[in-house]
Amino acid sequence: MTTKQLALVIDLNVCVGCHACVTSCKEWNTSGEAGALADLMPYGADPVGTFLNRVQTFEVGTYPETTTVHFPKSCLHCEDPPCVPVCPTGASYKRPEDGIVLVDYDKCIGCKYCAWACPYGVRELDAKQKVMKKCTLCVDRIYDQALPEADRKPACVMACPTNARLFGDVHDPESEVSRAIVERDGYALMPEWGTNPANHYLPRRITECDPPSPSSSSPP
Amino acid sequence: MRPAFSVVFLTTLIGAGQGLMLALVLTETLGRLEMVAPAPSRFYAVGAGLALVLSALGLFASFFHLGRPERAWRSAAMWRTSWLSREVIALPLFMALAAAYGAAHLHHSRLTLVIGAHAAVASLALFYCTAMIYACVKFLQEWSSPFTVPNFFLMGCASGLTLATALCAAFAVALVLPLAAAGVLVTMLAAVTRMASLAHNRGIRPRSTLQSAIGVQAPVIRQVSQGFTGRSFNTIEFFHGRTPAGMRRLRIAFIALAFMAPLVLLPLAAYSHSATLIALVFALQYGGLVIERWFFLADSNHPQNLYYQNMA
Repeated sequence: MTTKQLALVIDLNVCVGCHACVTSCKEWNTSGEAGALADLMPYGADPVGTFLNRVQTFEVGTYPETTTVHFPKSCLHCEDPPCVPVCPTGASYKRPEDGIVLVDYDKCIGCKYCAWACPYGVRELDAKQKVMKKCTLCVDRIYDQALPEADRKPACVMACPTNARLFGDVHDPESEVSRAIVERDGYALMPEWGTNPANHYLPRRITECDPPSPSSSSPP
Repeated sequence: MRPAFSVVFLTTLIGAGQGLMLALVLTETLGRLEMVAPAPSRFYAVGAGLALVLSALGLFASFFHLGRPERAWRSAAMWRTSWLSREVIALPLFMALAAAYGAAHLHHSRLTLVIGAHAAVASLALFYCTAMIYACVKFLQEWSSPFTVPNFFLMGCASGLTLATALCAAFAVALVLPLAAAGVLVTMLAAVTRMASLAHNRGIRPRSTLQSAIGVQAPVIRQVSQGFTGRSFNTIEFFHGRTPAGMRRLRIAFIALAFMAPLVLLPLAAYSHSATLIALVFALQYGGLVIERWFFLADSNHPQNLYYQNMA
């Protein structure tokens, strides 16, 4: 627990579901040394694409008492990643130095076993390269000394217009991400499996209207 | 899940080969103990050759499962943690021992039973590795049931025994009835464990819910958007795309072909002592086991599907 564990903390209270993180992720990761993230028939009737980050939308509650939750999802960089031990080639691994879970695209045989062993559905077999792809936390960006220090963050974090994506070391109790998790009840997805995801989510907060609506005493 | 035919053929073909190998070694052991009539060397040599051909065909099929088959040699690396790696090691080992067993019988070696014992152990180890590939994925609760290992083992043995009975009709007529009886018995056991696993899977309560998937504790959550309009790996790999009625038909088909047909027809074919008829029963049973394996892989619900509420 003392070594570094890089992670994203995603603030569902301010995510507006704009997909800027999706497109910036795709743009950065399709342009790197690993080659394009495949899009088959992108302008056809039945396009198939590989993305490392996707945003979904859920409606919570029953009309008219509903809340819209935009929900970005990418690899959670589990502390106990179930995708790693099943890999037959060792292509899937977790870096000891910073906890990022990566795929060695040159070793991957495309057997898809790791995707079966991930409950979150965040690994996608590249439709063209036929190797497993996933969020790298922009490992080819966050350590790049050629970039100004402020830019050494994952592309999705840089792109988010509402600052809903925080990036940092969740093992450092003084980091921005650790404080956000503690102060705002950050939680992990599907805790029932014991995967111990490093990425956390900050819940929606009920905001009191000011002034309160005279017709209703309950918060919206 | 969307079953891959490469995996269906891999597991059913090597299963029959492994079952056949176990039947041969058991027959030879009982023959030595003078509990059944002795069989000629040709019976064992042809049988081992057939087991080798079946497992080679299975191995060939497995390559079609890989996105990058040219890198398949890498897949033995992680045997310390991965059941898939262990299967990749156990399969060639089994094939080598099956070949050695056949060769030993061809050359009338004294070591046939020693090699056979090793081949039998390799066969059992391979059954365990193959089944554990599925049984160890705890997220697929239908696969990780306690029935997966016995099902893989018993269904492989059942088809292998039917095949061994057909070989007996060609090479060792005195053994047809005892092997047919063993085939019927194991098919019955396989039917029992498979029915038990169907019943077990019907009672599964998914550990994950939409609430735990997105971490929102509310009784009513509706997915408004999956985030994209096209298809993706997530919407292809994890859904079999069949209707419930279609799945019911497949279930009836595999129960009829893999279990009922051999239970009725194998004794009749055995009494005829016709190798062709018994081989025909094997073909029916194998067809049923192909449907069974497809159904086993498909009839499982991955937690990632919670994020794709409109797909299933």
